[in-house]
Amino acid sequence: MTVHDPKAPVPEPADDVQSGDAVHPGHPVTVDRYTVGARINHWITAVSLVLLALSGLALFTPKLFFLTGLFGGGQMTRILHPWIGVVLFCSFALLFVRFWRANLPKRVDAEWLAHSSDLLAGREEKMPEVGKYNAGQKFVFWSMSALILVLITSGIVMWDQYFYPFTTIEQKRIAILVHSATAIFAICVWIVHVYAAIWVKGTFSAMTRGNVTGGWAWRHHRKWLRELVHKPAKSGTGTPAE
Amino acid sequence: MFPPIPNPSVDPAAAAPRFGEKDLIRRSASTIEPPATRLTEVAKLIDVTKCIGCKACQAACLEWNHLTEEIGINHGVYDNPMDLTENTFTLMRFTEWVNPETENLEWLIRKDGCMHCEDPGCLKACPSPGAIVQYSNGIVDFQHENCIGCGYCIKGCPFNIPRISKVDHTAYKCTLCSDRVAVGQGPACQKACPTQAIVFGTKEEMKGWADFRIKDLKSRGFENAGLYDPQGVGGTHVMYVLHHADQPSIYAGLPDNPRISPIVETWKGITKYMGMALMGVAAAAGVLHYLVAGPNKVTEEDEENAERLAGGATVPPPAGPAPLEGRRS
Repeated sequence: MTVHDPKAPVPEPADDVQSGDAVHPGHPVTVDRYTVGARINHWITAVSLVLLALSGLALFTPKLFFLTGLFGGGQMTRILHPWIGVVLFCSFALLFVRFWRANLPKRVDAEWLAHSSDLLAGREEKMPEVGKYNAGQKFVFWSMSALILVLITSGIVMWDQYFYPFTTIEQKRIAILVHSATAIFAICVWIVHVYAAIWVKGTFSAMTRGNVTGGWAWRHHRKWLRELVHKPAKSGTGTPAE
Repeated sequence: MFPPIPNPSVDPAAAAPRFGEKDLIRRSASTIEPPATRLTEVAKLIDVTKCIGCKACQAACLEWNHLTEEIGINHGVYDNPMDLTENTFTLMRFTEWVNPETENLEWLIRKDGCMHCEDPGCLKACPSPGAIVQYSNGIVDFQHENCIGCGYCIKGCPFNIPRISKVDHTAYKCTLCSDRVAVGQGPACQKACPTQAIVFGTKEEMKGWADFRIKDLKSRGFENAGLYDPQGVGGTHVMYVLHHADQPSIYAGLPDNPRISPIVETWKGITKYMGMALMGVAAAAGVLHYLVAGPNKVTEEDEENAERLAGGATVPPPAGPAPLEGRRS
């Protein structure tokens, strides 16, 4: 390893550096954060989640029933919503496989959370250095994973067209209540996720072009940046970074 | 004998519907102005103690509503079909019950179908505006052109009545022959009943007639005879006279104390309001935070630090002999 920054801590085993993550020196430095596969995977998930929220809210409250117009009417909304749910579930399952390891909780997450008021107040310099994901992002990841699991399970119970005979009416009632309450939480987590991406400038490019600037990585995920600089990526392709 | 409803007049004026859109007191997923005057409440009284199980009502229902039930198979019981379907709005349910007091076998025959609740759970659960309506005379009706086939009415119903058609994917149930009642006729099942086990009139008339029947039954030793007009759903516009009104559930599972499930009430009540509020608060908090704290921007200093860390910021890499391997630091 070269020692451009002698003060850099000795990198610990970095399981949050993922294949495809790479740093490209230059002016400015650019850092690859998401592969094209991960980005496509993310946007399929994102589009289905938004469509599910719109169609689900249309059937949740009469005030938003007009949203069924986006899907071709009430009957079409009723038909499409569960199928989009299946798409979301499969797509999110792939995302889960991609991202779960980098989202494992670490000791630093507790410290990060303890300083979260500093973050919101704009004193990011007081935050501990974090890896590829901070505790907030990990919260979004794990809560979405759990919520989507509950949503697909309760959703199947209330998918009368194909699964009516398999459960009792009482079970379907519980499923509907659980499904709607869970969906509300999922939408709230989604709001947090989208807001974070809007608030933290320079984030969107990670999911569009796949990379961020070195400054962004330094500011928000310094440990991840150090790991990338000091440790060869795990992928065996060995393509030199340029 | 209860005076039968006379045959319809041939005068064309008699064919004008006597109630309609203007008489709605409830409309699913909508708020409506209730009409100033309420129509006289109607009711169908099913006297289980007089029923002979002939199924004329079932046949009349199919005929009046132009429905054809699938030809089924014999399950060794009288029930046919085995359950309500999107075509069978009404179904005779047969129960062989041994009275523990007398050791007698009693054959309980209950005509099942929509109870036309005063507080209809189906209507409460329905998400589609105008798919379920309630007229001020008490009839609860499904409007198929507005139905989206979600099946929420099935979850809302305390009596397990609505069924979704596999053909047009909309919900079906007994209409209380709203089209016949609208022109002064009784329901088709009532018309067909040979023993007056089904009678139809105003709700008050039916209660009075039920009292008369219950007194008669009590005088013959059915001391628990009574009227089934469950108050948990605000009363119903289809009522039963039962010989054992103290235990409705022996009549093929007629609910003892029907009410809209608390789960459905929670889902359509607090979940809806709290949920919308929670999402609203989350979104508003984001907007507010952005306005107060401003965007979180990467500074020039951050970029310089990154360049220093990554090395080779100004000079094109590699500056010296290539380090350990491809991925340069």
